[in-house]
Amino acid sequence: MRPLTLARLLMRCGILVAILFAVVVIALKLGAVQVSLYGLGKDLLGVLLRRSNTLSSDYGMIVLDIRLPRILLGIVVGASLSVAGASFQALLRNPLADPYVLGVSSGAALGAIVALVIEGHMNLTPELAGVITPVGAFIGAALTIAAVYVLGRREGQIDSNTLLLGGIITTSFLSAVIMFLMTTLPSNNLRGTAFWLMGDLSTPQPRSLLYLLILGFLAAAGAIYTTSSDLNLLLAGEKEAMHLGVDVPRVRIVVYLAASILTGLAVAASGVIGYVGLLVPHVMRLIFGSDHRMLLPAAALGGAIALVIADTLARTVASPTDLPVGAMTAMAGAPLFIYLLRRRLA
Amino acid sequence: MSSVARPLPGEPSRTSSEVRLSVEQVSYAYAANPAQAPLFTLEALSFQAKPGELVAILGPNASGKSTLLRLISGELEALSGRIFLNGFATHDLPVKMRAQRIAMVQQESRLLFPSRAWEFVLQGRHPYGGGLRFESEEDIAIAGNALAQVGATHLADRWMDMVSGGEKQRIILARALAQQPLLLLLDEPTLHLDIGAQVDLLESLRRLAAENRYTVVVVTHELNLAGEYADQVVLMQRGKCLRVGPPATVLQREILEQVFQASLSVEMTATGRPRVTLFNK
Repeated sequence: MRPLTLARLLMRCGILVAILFAVVVIALKLGAVQVSLYGLGKDLLGVLLRRSNTLSSDYGMIVLDIRLPRILLGIVVGASLSVAGASFQALLRNPLADPYVLGVSSGAALGAIVALVIEGHMNLTPELAGVITPVGAFIGAALTIAAVYVLGRREGQIDSNTLLLGGIITTSFLSAVIMFLMTTLPSNNLRGTAFWLMGDLSTPQPRSLLYLLILGFLAAAGAIYTTSSDLNLLLAGEKEAMHLGVDVPRVRIVVYLAASILTGLAVAASGVIGYVGLLVPHVMRLIFGSDHRMLLPAAALGGAIALVIADTLARTVASPTDLPVGAMTAMAGAPLFIYLLRRRLA
Repeated sequence: MSSVARPLPGEPSRTSSEVRLSVEQVSYAYAANPAQAPLFTLEALSFQAKPGELVAILGPNASGKSTLLRLISGELEALSGRIFLNGFATHDLPVKMRAQRIAMVQQESRLLFPSRAWEFVLQGRHPYGGGLRFESEEDIAIAGNALAQVGATHLADRWMDMVSGGEKQRIILARALAQQPLLLLLDEPTLHLDIGAQVDLLESLRRLAAENRYTVVVVTHELNLAGEYADQVVLMQRGKCLRVGPPATVLQREILEQVFQASLSVEMTATGRPRVTLFNK
């Protein structure tokens, strides 16, 4: 018997942080403008150790002003989607649940587009206009997960297959509504919106949204993390968890709201990026086991690593053309999803 | 953090031999739709049990056995009447305090992701911690002891989906013991077990009730196991409690034939326990 200890938790997270750092350095290097890895590493360490406070001017602007914000966005979005996925999997007792499969991402996208349409008809200050999209996305996500939860319940228990079918139907319905709304958008917005819908990190985001994203992630993921032992027991079913002292209704509402916030923020910033929330928690579970005290931080770091890698590929594979990162994650994720399904994990 | 539930104000200590479980005129009605007539009703029934006693709830399918158990566990709220554990109504206890006093072994325990037996047993310590707390040395010792008490120490490192039905049932029981409850409830724990494993389980329950001063309530279909091991039997039929008392006074031929619609005979063993034999209809 060797239960999880704080020391082991921190050590494992430290390893993942180191991997994330290495991935970020490589992602900063790669791109249309070549930067030497050695020079960049040396300069970055210098900045981190406060020996100098800026990068060499040859490439400093490209790395700091263009690549770094995009990588930071990828880190927060990847971590948000992955933690949301791990939470949905525990709460809905379904290993194949994630914001994308359940239609929650589509719900958030619809919410964001409705917010955009409303915004167009109102004269809002720029600050308010920047916040209305994530709020719309959160409301869309929360309503969708409530609908999918009701659809997936039969006789008081959540039925795995009904839940997934409910998610598919919800997604296709929401997509239809999104298409309808998109035809009403002015044509210069259309291409941007279509690209955003596929999942895209290339659009520069206002700084206020990035801060909102980081704050929202810390608050929501922190709230979910406080319930991690409860989530461990919920895997055995709500009734059983109740008999082991879990306040099920409270945990359910905390995790639903927090996971909806995570999904809403991620979608508002980067559109519908699939499979990160599904596959990263899975891989982390294979490596670290299903204890949520370990799984949730591992999923957050793993999601960040995965999305930064995917986005780096998206902007370098067909360089100088940017691919939508959602296309990258779907191309890698869908076959893996089928593989997991064939292993009868559902 | 103490390993056993701290007594509530006015709660008798673990060693007290006063009545622990008191079911008082409890009734229940289940309706899919509140406007309609109930699909199932449990008529008012009462019984009491002391520490160290084993109570068996017997009856045909749909007689209300599991409903009664869920009422006792505090999961369901009675329509009328009350159920007291050490003087406190079980339904009104906060979830965590309830889990420190009542452990429930359900008909089946399905796992979404595999875990090892010791991890599963450690879940029984959740009512004493929860949130982000990491398990203490004491929790680990209690879980190890619980595994030892059901004779499953050698299974500690096995995966839960790689053990036999009987072994799984013992590990689930160990998790309930790790809760260090006053009241141990089991819903048809012998369901998928072979005869040898059934006897083992009831032997363990009998011994644990005596050693740890648990009050044990077990729902079962096994008349002879109940007759052999129970201190009290509650016989139910279609939501009605027909008889409550020691096995010898409850398990009698006429009433069993009427309840189970079968011809049978009942003999007494040398130890004064009833033994039921079924004949062809």
